[in-house]
Amino acid sequence: MTAPVLEVTGLKKHFQVSGRLSATGELVYAVDDVSLAIAPGEVLGLVGESGSGKSTTARCIMRLLEPTAGTVTLLGQDITHLSRQHMRPHRRQMHMVFQDPYSSLNPRMTCGQLVGQPLELHGIAGGSELGDRVQDLFDKVGLGDQLRHRFPHELSGGQRQRVGIARALSLRPNLLIADEPVSALDVSVQASILNLLVDLQEEMGFACLFVAHDLSTVEYFCHRVAVMYLGKIVELAPRDRLFADPKHPYTQSLLSAVPVPDPEVQRSRRRVVLQGDIPSPMNPPSGCSFHTRCPIVEERNKVEEPVLRDVGGGHQVACHLVGPSGEAPKLVEEKQGV
Amino acid sequence: MSALLDVRDLSVRFVTEDGPVQAVSDVSFQLEEKQVLALVGESGCGKSVTAMSILGLLPTSADPSGSVSFDGHNMLGMSSGQMQQIRGKEISMVFQEPMTSLNPVFRVGRQVGEVLRRHEGMSRDAAAKRVVELFELVGIPAPARRVKEYPHQLSGGMRQRVMIAMAVACNPKILIADEPTTALDVTIQAGILDVMRDLRDQLGTAVLLITHDLGVVADIAERVVVMYAGRKVEEADAGELFAHPQHPYTMGLLGAIPRVGSMRGESRLQEIPGLVPSLSAPPDHCVFAPRCPRADDRTRSELPALTEERPDHFVACFYPGERGGAK
Repeated sequence: MTAPVLEVTGLKKHFQVSGRLSATGELVYAVDDVSLAIAPGEVLGLVGESGSGKSTTARCIMRLLEPTAGTVTLLGQDITHLSRQHMRPHRRQMHMVFQDPYSSLNPRMTCGQLVGQPLELHGIAGGSELGDRVQDLFDKVGLGDQLRHRFPHELSGGQRQRVGIARALSLRPNLLIADEPVSALDVSVQASILNLLVDLQEEMGFACLFVAHDLSTVEYFCHRVAVMYLGKIVELAPRDRLFADPKHPYTQSLLSAVPVPDPEVQRSRRRVVLQGDIPSPMNPPSGCSFHTRCPIVEERNKVEEPVLRDVGGGHQVACHLVGPSGEAPKLVEEKQGV
Repeated sequence: MSALLDVRDLSVRFVTEDGPVQAVSDVSFQLEEKQVLALVGESGCGKSVTAMSILGLLPTSADPSGSVSFDGHNMLGMSSGQMQQIRGKEISMVFQEPMTSLNPVFRVGRQVGEVLRRHEGMSRDAAAKRVVELFELVGIPAPARRVKEYPHQLSGGMRQRVMIAMAVACNPKILIADEPTTALDVTIQAGILDVMRDLRDQLGTAVLLITHDLGVVADIAERVVVMYAGRKVEEADAGELFAHPQHPYTMGLLGAIPRVGSMRGESRLQEIPGLVPSLSAPPDHCVFAPRCPRADDRTRSELPALTEERPDHFVACFYPGERGGAK
């Protein structure tokens, strides 16, 4: 097996709650023991609801946040504790596309400058060569050349996100971290950005960590999918397996909550509506962190924490109720007859 | 039967520094009692402006024309005093962002109670009691405790439930929900949609739902109005619309969503090429023509009228339907 582009082991990120009201030094367990690996050219989806720690995981990998524990290995090099200066050469290898194309682009730079800046900063291109490279990138992401001299505010959301993608890919990174790159966009624009990412990924072959809350988007784009809940990965599987045969009760309910854009199907299917909200990561539940919302909770789940285990075919799940050879627990009674 | 809310030929023009912007053009639709009607479209299609103009929430730079009849009165010509009698009492609104639409410095119970005291003249105590009931109605656990909390102590889903409680406090006839679940997670969204469905069933509140999410539409809407660039391009019952979309734009939207079960390699998402036209110079021909695969000289010179292409299914297109045969 080829060496992974990215390997994350036992990643933890705990935030100290500050402020007068909690001088006791309470901790928010935003990411709690996450391990994952991404092979070259692989797209790994990281899904979960808000507060599940998926963005924090991405930011720790990018070293935009300092991990509390664990290691992040990029192309065989441990980058977890590198200083800013030592980190800089490695930044060429991974780049990020942010969710909000409005606030992630410097409003005082033209789009051409924004896309060219990484090339300049890393001393890769300058002068007229820089201009050519920027033009290539604009072509690649489907932006008209005339937009190079425009400022971000003059562009539509979809165009801005294309600028963000062009900037992220300008250094031909080995790893692209995309944090909800399409969720701020309209559906027709989402479609074109997703198509663009698919095309670019196939053409350039970068590995990608795709953070999203939208399961249908993840299914469309990713090769493998990790489902996060309250700072932990609860299920990790190749895409086909995860969507065809979700094991964890959380994954099952998440899949059932996505509305299908077809009234007949949507109104006749059974949904698992979860009770309550995602618990506070300041005070995560004992045992299985999903037990407070799990429709089929058992006593054991409240005390014993399930570990992620392989149930065959690269399908990993952290749930006591999944059988030894991966029999998924049933959340709803099967309908009689039809 | 006369409709509960009758919007006719609504047009909204904004006066801006760069000249007039025609945000909404000749939009008509009727909301029946207990109906869930969805206004669907992408950002900038005028769906929110349409909703805001119903309640007189447009900024002063807006110039609405046409009529919005509710209960025999044209809401567009109302004074702010008259409007305040209706707003929050007969017709109320839920906004997309539940964090910014609640006041962060007051307890949520007081904020919901304020509506009752203002419109129903309730005493502080009576309002407080009613608020607890309302919280229960919208499925907030431990309502007696929650009323004493501040917005920042609640999760997004809970805040949106508070907003809905506030909106239905006076038993309004119409609830206008502007992207009520867009900021929420899917599992929470499912719960909020259930609450809205229950309210409709229990209180008989008609819902005007503004959304871009066709999944949400498929879940809850009975009738659907598709808007594009300020115009209504298609209207039909939900089942009919999804089964037999007539307008190329609607078809494009349906093809653009990745569905659970669709994978890359197998199928490509349908893109709608081009951009939404600038509304500062709206074309006098079919607004979708520049992006439409079926466009020809006729679509680029004439404005298609809304016609009944199938029973109770209206579309504004010269070449509607699956094959797009000319009429």
